[in-house]
Amino acid sequence: MNEGTIIAIASGKGGTGKTTVAVNMAAALSRASISVRLMDCDVEEPNAHIFLQPIMTSREGAFVSVPVVDEEKCDGCGRCGEACRFSAIVALGAKAITFPALCHSCGGCIMACPKKAITESSREIGLIEKGTSQGIEFIHGYLKIGEAMSPPLIRAVKKQAAYDGVTIIDAPPGTSCPVIQAIRGSDYVILVTEPTPFGLHDLDLAVETVRQLGIPCGVVVNRVGMGDARTHDYCAVNDIPIIGEIRDDRRIAEAYSRGELIIDALPHLQEEFLGIMTRAKTGMRKKERKGELL
Amino acid sequence: MKIAISAAGKDLDSQVDPRFGRAAGFVIYNTENKTSEYIANAQNLNAVQGAGIQSARIISGTGAKVLITGHCGPKAFTALKAAGIKIFPGADGTVREAIMKLATDNLAEAAGADVAGHWA
Repeated sequence: MNEGTIIAIASGKGGTGKTTVAVNMAAALSRASISVRLMDCDVEEPNAHIFLQPIMTSREGAFVSVPVVDEEKCDGCGRCGEACRFSAIVALGAKAITFPALCHSCGGCIMACPKKAITESSREIGLIEKGTSQGIEFIHGYLKIGEAMSPPLIRAVKKQAAYDGVTIIDAPPGTSCPVIQAIRGSDYVILVTEPTPFGLHDLDLAVETVRQLGIPCGVVVNRVGMGDARTHDYCAVNDIPIIGEIRDDRRIAEAYSRGELIIDALPHLQEEFLGIMTRAKTGMRKKERKGELL
Repeated sequence: MKIAISAAGKDLDSQVDPRFGRAAGFVIYNTENKTSEYIANAQNLNAVQGAGIQSARIISGTGAKVLITGHCGPKAFTALKAAGIKIFPGADGTVREAIMKLATDNLAEAAGADVAGHWA
């Protein structure tokens, strides 16, 4: 593992064990003397820090660009509003007005304005904190309460990726923009699921998403022993490797509820997580990296 | 003067649509010649975001200076104010009844949004 490897952990359904897999895999690798970096990209509700208790060494704001209208120059022609797909700027009355919370920072309004009346300003949407825990380099983003758009903050967190060691990305649940932003550019996606009808339904959506992005993926089935066999059948039929299984075990739930690592509660799981990593590496594509990493 | 009313149907006997941004459409009533026209709002009804803002732009484009509706959120309120449109929320019944209520001073002008926004 000399060259950098980026593994994203996603799920479709929430609560299947993404963070459990992410933090325990990071700790297992670190204990095996492998250089590892964990990036919690579930910026709307980051929780990996609860299990790793990192000592934070830096904290900085994350900003997005928003338009500001010079009312002296604006003649209310409305070109800016026509250029904006998100209704973040609109000419009403004699002037253009802005709705910064809706802005996607594309800069289209600035290009569209014939009077050069629009300039860029910045708006803080969240925080990025960095630290270390058990030899793991830890990075996470915190979206400000009330903010609607997490992708720009996820992008800012991912800029912290490096070319060395293993980078594990804890993605948000679902299959929408924040998930795409979190997993895009990774070498492999681990989809964590549970063997229930809900878990399977959302796993199917997640598989479709990952395949559209062209990223190889494998499944970790969590809480094996509950539910039914349909998830395993689905993976077999669709040619998706099951690269790990974690049994449904009360001791895991107890450790989790105390904010502890499950590799501490059940030490044999250390080997299981290293095995998941090895099997993920086997399925990874080789790719050439140019310019920005993610 | 033109009055815009968020409406579930096309004419004065249609019900008032309580939503503004995602109203089915708008009846534009001209108080001078007592005629009305209808503007469908399907595009904003299905918008991902900014429906209130775009509906305000449509109303502004008709030349209406008064809006009668059920509810109005914060961004729609800001946009309508910028366009110089007075907002009278809390209407129900038919479009015709709503216009009568306004004419007889039974609707109060809004000083702010009367419902929370959907985003931020």
